[in-house]
Amino acid sequence: MSDNGIRYISKPHPVTGVTNSKLGIWCFLASEVMLFGGLFSAYVLLRASAPSWPHGPALLNVPLATLNTLVLITSSVTMVMAWASLALKDFSKYKRYMAATILLALVFLVIKSIEYAHKFEHHHFPSTNTFYAIYFTLTGLHGLHVLGGVVVNTYFLFPGSALWKKDPEQFRGRIECAGLYWHFVDLVWIFLFPVLYLL
Amino acid sequence: MTDNPEEIKKHVKVYITVFAALAFLTVLTVAASYLKLPLVPAILVALFIASLKAGLVAGFFMHLLSEKQVIISILAVTVFFFVVLMLLPALSSSSLYVS
Repeated sequence: MSDNGIRYISKPHPVTGVTNSKLGIWCFLASEVMLFGGLFSAYVLLRASAPSWPHGPALLNVPLATLNTLVLITSSVTMVMAWASLALKDFSKYKRYMAATILLALVFLVIKSIEYAHKFEHHHFPSTNTFYAIYFTLTGLHGLHVLGGVVVNTYFLFPGSALWKKDPEQFRGRIECAGLYWHFVDLVWIFLFPVLYLL
Repeated sequence: MTDNPEEIKKHVKVYITVFAALAFLTVLTVAASYLKLPLVPAILVALFIASLKAGLVAGFFMHLLSEKQVIISILAVTVFFFVVLMLLPALSSSSLYVS
């Protein structure tokens, strides 16, 4: 490695015991917890101070959101299986699992788009009321995170996967970091689903 | 994480079990919402199941159960500030009552 390269991205740092890449992604995820935490806090404040609050199932499509939850959970499994395939040095299996992860993420976005289109058809916009304002903000920001994950995972499925031949350990580390991000996106939805759709 | 292929294969079996548990808990959350519980018990049940699911994802898929201390420390600080964020609405509500 050249002297000006980022150090300890394949091997653990002697002080922290983890690679700098992993430390970096966890710091990023910590900031993401605060980003979504602020919005969840806003949701609690809006709901607690509202004279009345609509019951989620009365306004939103619970069966479609349940399906979306199962889709995202499945994509989390395929993501961790992609990483495990690399750990077992089975690159073709990795490609299959990563492709499945991307496909499931796209299915999630398509279902979410159907939900949004249905809302817009009925003239329900973020400006309609406080419930829709926080609903679109939270699900919209989450949707953007899903889209971001699709972009990163697609890179690692096609051009980025060339690294596997040059430095398999570093590539596996990258997939682990992409996986941590993807599981976080799943985690956020695990809380968004009951809070917005079921309560 | 381990590099031992046998260990990894064991992990794969755990991932499948966790997936089944997550799917079951998702169905359970929706089923619980049909019980038409009063708001506070409904919130407690929904958040309890969501926390269980989150624990499974973080513990097994994100490997937090076997993660190094430095990562756990970062998350402990994050959780502390997350709790502060969640308590902010309660503080502002009580100040509304005072005024």
